[in-house]
Amino acid sequence: MLRQLWTALRTGIVTEPPARVSDLERVGERLAAEITRAFGRSLHIRQVDAGSPNCCEIEISGLTGPHYDLERFGLHFVASPRHADCLLVTGPVTRNMAEPLRRTWEATPDPKLVIAVGDCGRDGGLFRGSYAVAGGVADVIPVDAVIPGCPPSPAALLAGLLDAIRRRR
Amino acid sequence: MIAAIAVAVAQVIVVGAGAPLLVGVLRTLKARLVGRRGPSPWQPYADLRKLLAKEVVVSTTTSWIFRATPYVLAATMLVASLIVPVFLARPPLAFPGDVILLMYLFLLGTFFLALAGLDAGSAFGGMGSSREVAVAALAEPTIIVAVFALAMRAETIDLARVVERFSREPLLAANPAHLLAFAAFFIVMLAETGRLPVDNPATHLELTMIHEAMVLEYSGRYLALVEWASAMKLCLFMTLLANLFFPWGAGGLTGPAAIPLGVLVLAGKLVLLVIALAVLETTVAKLRLFRVPELLAGSFALAILSVMAVVLV
Repeated sequence: MLRQLWTALRTGIVTEPPARVSDLERVGERLAAEITRAFGRSLHIRQVDAGSPNCCEIEISGLTGPHYDLERFGLHFVASPRHADCLLVTGPVTRNMAEPLRRTWEATPDPKLVIAVGDCGRDGGLFRGSYAVAGGVADVIPVDAVIPGCPPSPAALLAGLLDAIRRRR
Repeated sequence: MIAAIAVAVAQVIVVGAGAPLLVGVLRTLKARLVGRRGPSPWQPYADLRKLLAKEVVVSTTTSWIFRATPYVLAATMLVASLIVPVFLARPPLAFPGDVILLMYLFLLGTFFLALAGLDAGSAFGGMGSSREVAVAALAEPTIIVAVFALAMRAETIDLARVVERFSREPLLAANPAHLLAFAAFFIVMLAETGRLPVDNPATHLELTMIHEAMVLEYSGRYLALVEWASAMKLCLFMTLLANLFFPWGAGGLTGPAAIPLGVLVLAGKLVLLVIALAVLETTVAKLRLFRVPELLAGSFALAILSVMAVVLV
């Protein structure tokens, strides 16, 4: 316990300061400003895996780590669609996940955003046309924005969130 | 009379308005300790404001209990904030035996929240309720016994008089009973307010949730009330811990004129407690659920030993 505390104090804050990842930080700052306008500096995100091969999930979980630290912008991942303002949907929508995805969308209180993540989420990507896939996210629920990439980097995810919020207004 | 009302209003405002800040500071500190920059300490206020403006989605399978629970929770915590000695020794609703009312106000909220968790019929809600009730059943007696140890030492069962007596005679606290009761109460505070190592307030993994699992179905203003009430519960428990075991500063203050000083003293004590809690939460892992009863049984044993120490020492 003491050793871990010592490590924590010695390491300090590893979230990159503005000068070093200027691009990401600019995106983040604009994102914070947009969230302030649209949601009052608080955006709760529910991540929905509709059949993704998990590469997008790894990039998304990178957002919550010390390096990108999504929470400093007022964004937060929540455990229930009822707590969420934004659904971050990954993967091609498989036939089995189409109904759960629709129900998740219905369970999310208005006002809400839906963002399809990755090439699979856009149109099925690599898995388009498979007998097990119902299509992209937009084929099942209304989508506000798409973040392309296979998988999109955390910086691209931040930029995509910003884009979605801006386009909504 | 007017002075008493002023104190009552001030006390409710300090607890009600200050509780989200307490949670925010705790989250920021925890983020800093793991190397993140973290959210601003004011983040919970932004969250609450946004939630109040949002639509409420309620499952069609729920009954009135689901809709009443957020109000019951907020109301019990606000009443409890009149009983706890927050910044003056003498809270507005002080009477002999008020500690028992306080415990049952907390328990009333827990009871309704557990029912609400069951109400929607989701698997996780029921799981959370059963765990919460198990933890509450083990934690509740410890609080009573730990506070009774102090009450026996101070020879009164009135929370306000306990605080007064201890701040007037600090040597009374120089007793093993005080230390044992403090340890017992601290562990129980962690369990009751859903902190590590009993419950993880930041978890997204449904299988490990306790408190969070019960509120999964809430949205909009209901969720705002539930979150606010749980922040107030943490605030009240920490205030109780601070003022019962370190009454210096609060004990001698009376009347509305002393409120600003009292708030400052309270803020100082709470900051120290929050730092301790943040360090604890970043350095310990969550206990496996089946080991939680062992921890709580341990804290009950400490509380019993504390009472024995009062009698024997």
